[in-house]
Amino acid sequence: MGNLFWILISAMVVNNFTLAYFLGLCPFFGVSGRVSTAVRMGMANIFVLTLTSICAWALNTFVLPYAPYLRLIAFIVVIASLVQIVEMVIKKVSPVLFRQLGIFLPLITTNCAILGLAIFQTNRGYGLLEGIFFALGAGLGLTLALVLMASIREDSELADIPRLARGTALSLIIAGSLSLAFMGFAGLFSAVS
Amino acid sequence: MKQTTPQEDFLRGIWRENPVLIQMLGLCPTLAVTNTVANGIAMAAATFFVLLGSSFLVSLVKRLVPNEVRISSYILIIATFVTIADLSLEAIVPEIHKALGAFIPLIVVNCIILGRQEAFSANTSVGRSVLDAIGTGIGFTIALLMMSGVREILGMGTFLGFSIMGPHYEPWVIMILPPGGFLTLGFWLLGIAWYQQRKARKSAAQKGATVAVAERAA
Repeated sequence: MGNLFWILISAMVVNNFTLAYFLGLCPFFGVSGRVSTAVRMGMANIFVLTLTSICAWALNTFVLPYAPYLRLIAFIVVIASLVQIVEMVIKKVSPVLFRQLGIFLPLITTNCAILGLAIFQTNRGYGLLEGIFFALGAGLGLTLALVLMASIREDSELADIPRLARGTALSLIIAGSLSLAFMGFAGLFSAVS
Repeated sequence: MKQTTPQEDFLRGIWRENPVLIQMLGLCPTLAVTNTVANGIAMAAATFFVLLGSSFLVSLVKRLVPNEVRISSYILIIATFVTIADLSLEAIVPEIHKALGAFIPLIVVNCIILGRQEAFSANTSVGRSVLDAIGTGIGFTIALLMMSGVREILGMGTFLGFSIMGPHYEPWVIMILPPGGFLTLGFWLLGIAWYQQRKARKSAAQKGATVAVAERAA
């Protein structure tokens, strides 16, 4: 159980997907303008990441031992179709939830965090339960980074910043400082072990 | 779509529409694997190969692919080339393959590649798609070299493993760690914005001067 907990914490803060591995940067810069949007994007991410982790585990266990060279193609096809199916199901079952997450789901398909999760999970040889905790941690970490970024950007709109620096350059420098702060969490592991 | 000449197809991607520095695409590999110049070059070469191969194949089969499934077909074509690149790198340069790790398979979701297929190769001839892919590939390589050059020189005092800053240089370790990637790209973008602003101001001033001369002449 302790092991699972550490997988979650490690994926969430120490090896944060966005700030340490640079995965999922498009939504990080694209939809981090408002905190409310950032939260919904984060929720959609957690949801898809968890489903992906289960699918990747199933593929790794039942299909890919017979054709290891098809790994990448199988992952990308399964993830893309999964998101399509999820979108259709949610639309049918819960229109309210669909309006909340709907527009973000197609965006997530081409998000490198999703494919990255499947590949990392395979490389580290995680089982089903470990994979799910890894996905939850990664999703929570993405949400945390998105929300932090969105709150800083909401505030910085009121600040007096040179026109030259507004936009992506400023976002990148903010992200750099956030990433620097998150590096401090690496101490968590050395403190425990 | 506006008609362009083959030279424009080739030159456009290198600087004026540079995929990373101007269009802000493909940030994930740009930030993740540019801690040393060698890694940057390997990444650029792999992406170049995938871009060239998939542009060629996509423009070749564009009439055979139904419109509804075109994106899925492009992704499959791209994934095939990435698998080739992944296995080849593992065979040729195992150390670099290990250093790049999961980021080679992640070329599949590099938006530069899918973007070029959707915006260009899907409705132009094979020759021009290849030219466009080469131009964009060179542009991506330039961006990765700009990033990895700065990060390796500041972070380790070396360039491609050769010492640049001398033995007494205290390495600025943060530059080769994740925050350095964000900061380096941020400052490059600031520099480019400053350059463009200066150029725009200069050309505006020049135009003003010409108008003044014309008015005086009249």
